[in-house]
Amino acid sequence: MAKLKDLALKPERLTGGHRLCPGCGVPHVARLALRCTDDHLVVGASTGCLEVSTTIYPYSAWKCSFIHNAFENVAATVSGVEAAYRALKKRGAVKENFKFIAFGGDGGTYDIGLQSLSGAMERGHNMVYICYDNEAYQNTGNQRSSSTPMGSNTTTTPVGSESYGRVGKRKDLTAIMAAHHIPYVAQAGAHNWKDLSRKFERALEVEGPAFINVLTPCVPGWKYDGKNTINISRLAAETCFWPSYEIDHGKWKLNFFPKEKKPVEEFLKTQGRFRHLFRPESRHVIDLLQQEVDEYWERLLFLCGKSDKAPQAAK
Amino acid sequence: MPELLALTGNEAVAHAMRQINPDVVAVYPITPQTSMMQKFADFKADGLVDCELVLVESEHSAMSATVGSQAAGARSMTATAACGLALMWEILGIASAYRLPIVMPVVNRDLSGPINIQGDHSDTMGARDCGWIHLFSENAQEAYENTIQAIRIAEHHNVLTPAMVCLDGFIISHGVENVTIYDDAAVQKFIGEYNPAYMLLDAAKPMTLGALDFSDFYFEHKVKQLDGINASPQIILDVGKEFKQTFDGEECYDFFELYQMEDAEYAVVSMGSTAATARMVVDELRDKGIKAGALKLRVYRPFPSAEIAQALSKLKGLIVMDRAIAYGGMGGPVNIDIRCAMYGINTTPMTLNYIYGLGGKPIEPEHILSAFDELLYAVKTGKPKRAIGYLNLKEDYDPATV
Repeated sequence: MAKLKDLALKPERLTGGHRLCPGCGVPHVARLALRCTDDHLVVGASTGCLEVSTTIYPYSAWKCSFIHNAFENVAATVSGVEAAYRALKKRGAVKENFKFIAFGGDGGTYDIGLQSLSGAMERGHNMVYICYDNEAYQNTGNQRSSSTPMGSNTTTTPVGSESYGRVGKRKDLTAIMAAHHIPYVAQAGAHNWKDLSRKFERALEVEGPAFINVLTPCVPGWKYDGKNTINISRLAAETCFWPSYEIDHGKWKLNFFPKEKKPVEEFLKTQGRFRHLFRPESRHVIDLLQQEVDEYWERLLFLCGKSDKAPQAAK
Repeated sequence: MPELLALTGNEAVAHAMRQINPDVVAVYPITPQTSMMQKFADFKADGLVDCELVLVESEHSAMSATVGSQAAGARSMTATAACGLALMWEILGIASAYRLPIVMPVVNRDLSGPINIQGDHSDTMGARDCGWIHLFSENAQEAYENTIQAIRIAEHHNVLTPAMVCLDGFIISHGVENVTIYDDAAVQKFIGEYNPAYMLLDAAKPMTLGALDFSDFYFEHKVKQLDGINASPQIILDVGKEFKQTFDGEECYDFFELYQMEDAEYAVVSMGSTAATARMVVDELRDKGIKAGALKLRVYRPFPSAEIAQALSKLKGLIVMDRAIAYGGMGGPVNIDIRCAMYGINTTPMTLNYIYGLGGKPIEPEHILSAFDELLYAVKTGKPKRAIGYLNLKEDYDPATV
């Protein structure tokens, strides 16, 4: 595993000057991923924050080759690039070694791009898909996606006299990807460079497809002060709202076990999108969220061999 | 050595793809294209092609992966039909805007709904303005030859525009004909190597493709995109001429093919397999002393407006055959294009538009003959019975009675 000093000395492949928000959780995750291989890279991005903010014509923040095709098809697009690489390498038209990374937000990954992602992973392309999950369509102003947590105040699930925000549970995309039985699947948070860089390195070194789901707090969508991005991501891990784990060749492994599992409120209270839940009449929503987090955590402990208690059926 | 084989249209195009041997083919099955890809998969299974065959989960991903691989620097193909083309629609415009010379056979089939799997031209007509070159084929031989020529046309450095090769579903795709398959080495020499100026996999020259283009440049780029398709007519003619010389071919290598048009007073314009039926009708009318002729349109996009106007300007009467409806427009799409092309010339012939063959409804000589009957009457009286007609349609059909 690379040391922080070594990583810092690697060439910068996503330069400064891009127009992502101050405090955004996405760019340092992307920059870290690009540092985790010495091979050449082709990066693809689905339509979304990362894409629109880094390639405003005639500028590009990408030092490596970059392609944006559409919203729902970054996995298929990069799978085509990877197929081209195999073909050109075979006939000697490309000599250098390349790696392939596809970036998509939760909208482009959990929702509109899920089919494209599933197909590319199933076909076994040697590529890494990184979902930067900021839990709503943040590029277009915080509309609800299937990753949005229960109770979140979004612009399409606004809080009102008859509404406490998003109703129902978010989708467990990491488990869906694990069900593809690809070489490597992982979940991580934006706060832990060590955990993240180890996972990126592993994803880039395995033969075949890899998927990493990274929680990346969003300043305007989650409504918090930009200096708190890392703290909020850490709280997501400490409350088990967003556990860090991996499935390496079928073996589930928990990567972070909090000494003291904090109540989910500790995470919720840092963000304006959950502010309304702290009114007395919304207490039941926090309880429901806590229950969802607890059930997920129990199931994960069982899958990772940390508990003999078989998970209960979801209530 | 050229070989004369009994092949379906789909098999003939699969042979063209075998000879082209693209670096990447990304494809999804759909009737009536499926047997083309099955044949190509056979070639791959038998080691006759060494391309990367990417068997995607939808046509949307087929076109998306093809865009990725062509942008990466690999000669890439896909093939589709009907609803599959409709599903690709979003990415068709991206392929042409990125100036990626992808070649795609399209086995023309109606669009749902209601669902029907037979042949008409509604699918590619829906993709008419996506910035692709559209070559139509009359038979299996032409579909085979158009596919080979399309590579040269699309990849020409002044064109760099994707091309679809259209062949009528079932009539061409599944009908067996004698097809001359030219010598593999000669075809490969004809198409040459693909050497893109820019590619994602160029380690020394990384590139960004698909940047966000705001209103300060978008319009300018869309107008610049015209340069490619506007340069293509001359390249289509040059490649056609070279193909004819190289292979001693006997098909249409021009924008369109004229039949008995030197002294024609009445003519019919059609695309695809119907052109052969139209020629039979012309022969029958000539036997009766009527000066009839036919124009088979091969290149639908770019539309050869000036050449068409010149070819049709001396006629008294004209029939335009459309295998699609432009709902809410003036009959069918070919009719609209022809009428625009003819506008402003001094001697516009009496023009009647006939929609036919939707959902695979047969088109026979008697139907085209009936259209000529109506045309002759309209020219004689100066009053057409109808400006837009429907051939072989149960006109008194009432759904409530079924």
